[in-house]
Amino acid sequence: MIAKHIEQLAPSGIRQFFDLVLGMQDVISLGVGEPDFNAPWRVCEKAITALEAGYTSYTSNQGMLCLRRALSEHFHKHYRLSYDPDSEILVTTGVSEGLDLAVRALLKPRDKIVVVSPHYVAYPALPEINSNRVIYLVTKEEEQFKINPKALDALLKAGPKAIIINYPCNPTGASYNKEELKEIWRVLKKKEIVVISDEVYDELSYEGKHLPFAALDAQAKKRTILLNGFSKGYAMTGFRSGYVCADKKIVGAMTKIHSYSALCSPILSQIASTEALKAQKEVAYMRGEYKRRRDFMVKELNRIGLDCHRPEGAFYCFPSIKRYGLKSLDFSRGLLFGHKIAVVPGSAFGKEFDYYLRMSYANTFDNLKTAIVRIEKYISGLKKR
Amino acid sequence: MDDILEILESNARISLEDLAKLTGKDIKSVEAAIKNYEKRGTIIKYKAVINRDKLEGAKGVMALIEVQVVPQKDVGFDMVAERIYKFPEVRSCFLLSGTYDLLLLIEGKDINTVANFVSEKLAPLSSVKGTTTHFMLKKYKEDGVILVKGDKNKRLNITY
Repeated sequence: MIAKHIEQLAPSGIRQFFDLVLGMQDVISLGVGEPDFNAPWRVCEKAITALEAGYTSYTSNQGMLCLRRALSEHFHKHYRLSYDPDSEILVTTGVSEGLDLAVRALLKPRDKIVVVSPHYVAYPALPEINSNRVIYLVTKEEEQFKINPKALDALLKAGPKAIIINYPCNPTGASYNKEELKEIWRVLKKKEIVVISDEVYDELSYEGKHLPFAALDAQAKKRTILLNGFSKGYAMTGFRSGYVCADKKIVGAMTKIHSYSALCSPILSQIASTEALKAQKEVAYMRGEYKRRRDFMVKELNRIGLDCHRPEGAFYCFPSIKRYGLKSLDFSRGLLFGHKIAVVPGSAFGKEFDYYLRMSYANTFDNLKTAIVRIEKYISGLKKR
Repeated sequence: MDDILEILESNARISLEDLAKLTGKDIKSVEAAIKNYEKRGTIIKYKAVINRDKLEGAKGVMALIEVQVVPQKDVGFDMVAERIYKFPEVRSCFLLSGTYDLLLLIEGKDINTVANFVSEKLAPLSSVKGTTTHFMLKKYKEDGVILVKGDKNKRLNITY
């Protein structure tokens, strides 16, 4: 009854671990992939007022013009990037929908797509649902989990039509400066390949300002589908509000699918998102908090014996557990059942990362401190290799 | 605002060790910075925000009093304010624009105590033209802290 390729689709590694955690009491969870802040009150207040004023209808497929205009202004102001609100911006139901639309608009069945790993769980799943072939570009800890241009060049010989990149990265926090992005673009521009760039953590960059891939040059902009949304930087995960900025031909194709599959993003979320773009002070406050916690976590994890590179953005640490000789699921189970700390096993983000863990520091300092004490206790009982 | 001040403002009881960890500085320099802030009067004092509704036994009453005063020659409102804010019953005293001049926050053990303060100490002052007393019925938020209910974390334990 169920299509074979869907039946064969592996469930998300995060979901599997979620089932284990469910129902356990007093767990400190570092497995949460969303801010511990609530959405800025001005955003919620705007949504409440809009609801009271009777905004309960559909919007245009592409999204409310006021939001698209505000996004266009935002990108121009912050990144000197110009997108026409009429034809180059599409409002989506979260970044996930934008990704789904991009894959479906670009790729025919059996077309190839490059996914950089470790990767967010949806990057290989959505192309697989679309009957595409996923080619993995595996990054290395010793290269700070960044794309190696030579390795990328070699992969492109297989003729992929698109590549999904994500920075700052979930789960590693890896990001790129201008020179590093130019190196990647130098390799990509030789081929007819579209860059799907998920930059949903752009506001949570701690080492200098984020640079969108599309801002590299005019050609890069034409070949990039910029995905972004309000979930992470604006603490609005439940609003499910995302958007796509791209060449008008691509936005047109994606809007066509979106108009059939989603019709439009929820109107209240669109109104709230328009207000959110004005909440830069709140965003800066949250960024400052995360940065402090990152510095604390990286220092403490390394001190207690979990080798951890320094993430440049997002709110995750991705420490190695190689020296303990336990696979990530076993390690995580031991930590959960023995010490009530939930983390996400690295295997959820790519099979090569079975000796890593994803730990979110979107949590209170007190919880992070307690978590470190418990993790230290747990690993002191493990035998080092 | 400096990292140290930002953290202390939300949690004045944080240890020097934790403060050092959070700011990436060593304990000695954090300690020195705090001492400097205290010396310069940037940090005035450390206090607890108490939800008096949770106190057992007598909780006392609080009142806001609007005071209209006659400013004095050369020293304006300052002398009058000083005369008033030195009463131990006065927890806070502000000079405001608008229909009255000073706003006082008064604390007493019961309504009578506050009423006596107004009738016997405040109103008889020659510089006070009139007072309006508002008794506080419920506190919802104080010093940026919501007292009636916390923002409960509604996140699931594991998410994407």
